Amino acid sequence: MRLFAELGAWTLNALQRLGRAHLLLLSMLRGFADMLRRPRLLLDQLLSVGVLTVLIISVAGLFVGMVLGLQGYYILSRFGGETALGLMVAASLVRELGPVLTALLFAGRAGSALTAEIGLMKATEQLSGLEMMAVNPQYRVLAPRFLAGLISVPLLAAIFSVLGVAGGWLVGGGMLGVDQAAFWNGMQEGIDFEDDVINGVIKSVVFGLVCTWIAIFQGYDCVPTSEGVSRATTRTVVHSSLAVLGLDFVLTALMFGE
Amino acid sequence: MNKNRQIEIWVGLFMAAGLAALFVLAMQVSNLGNAYSGDTFQVNARFDNIGGLKVKAPVTIAGVEVGRVQDVYYDAEDFRAVVVLGIQDKYRERIPTDTFAKILTAGLLGEQYIGLDPGGSEEYLGQGSEIAVTQSALVLEEVVGQFIFGKGQEGFE
Repeated sequence: MRLFAELGAWTLNALQRLGRAHLLLLSMLRGFADMLRRPRLLLDQLLSVGVLTVLIISVAGLFVGMVLGLQGYYILSRFGGETALGLMVAASLVRELGPVLTALLFAGRAGSALTAEIGLMKATEQLSGLEMMAVNPQYRVLAPRFLAGLISVPLLAAIFSVLGVAGGWLVGGGMLGVDQAAFWNGMQEGIDFEDDVINGVIKSVVFGLVCTWIAIFQGYDCVPTSEGVSRATTRTVVHSSLAVLGLDFVLTALMFGE
Repeated sequence: MNKNRQIEIWVGLFMAAGLAALFVLAMQVSNLGNAYSGDTFQVNARFDNIGGLKVKAPVTIAGVEVGRVQDVYYDAEDFRAVVVLGIQDKYRERIPTDTFAKILTAGLLGEQYIGLDPGGSEEYLGQGSEIAVTQSALVLEEVVGQFIFGKGQEGFE
């Protein structure tokens, strides 16, 4: 009997959280209109969510591209197909690694910071303070952060992919002596703008939405104690990463599978 | 004010870098930069077998790309495949009607594309024309099958 009661309580609790998360999402979407009057709020969040994440994204993109160049060359040279190196590097970056790794790094760098910030605001009753002053914290505090994440992640993913291609080119063209013209031509022949680039951007928009949404919800819904904030931060990173990887499979199956 | 200005500059730089990256992906990495986007006219060609020919495969004359395959469908009337070639408008009324269309393969295992060999006719292809002389794709299994069959015949004699 106790087992069933616990299972039931767990299910109801999970459903309640899911409901609260969706109500929060709706409320933040409504808050977008409010933001047009205060673009400064969005600007500040773009700085902390977007600009400060550029460094880790750039370094990661460059090195992932360089590793892809080395590994791809090792495999492709066995078949005498070094000329396909450009296509291999660009296709794997634009379709998969760019959006996915950007979202994972974003969840670690910006998502955890968002959760901790909002959780601490809740723990120190700043959010309640705003409500006392008849300011809706969901509009004023959460919506700008959400929109900033939504804008930043696709741009960060594009920066990641471009720097990755540059890294692959540095290793392939510079170190290993793959023919430059073949590298770029193979890439341009094989990568389709709509099928590959646009689908990659759609992926990163979805990932940005999910990561930011999870981070903000975990912060807003946390137990307002220091332990609660730390658990919420952990949950943000774990849930975001799992959601990104799971959604990536679904999106890939929808976009590229026939 | 000074700090606000700095934030504005950094965010502006970030947005510009992100959009520039998207632009590079579109123009330098994908096929958008060298895709022909002008007007085309449509010519039909019927093949017995198109092999692995796909929509968007290049159409070439003397190795130069003059268009792309726009559509491939099966005609149940005469049991043949109809390939619609979208050819760039500047070649309208420039390609003779007795042009020979064949399906070729780039490299040993590469993508298949269509090669046109211009004939000597004084009449030229326009919108909706049909190419009469075609050569099907080379299907590897058939070639191997013919080779083995030929060897078998030799053994009997």
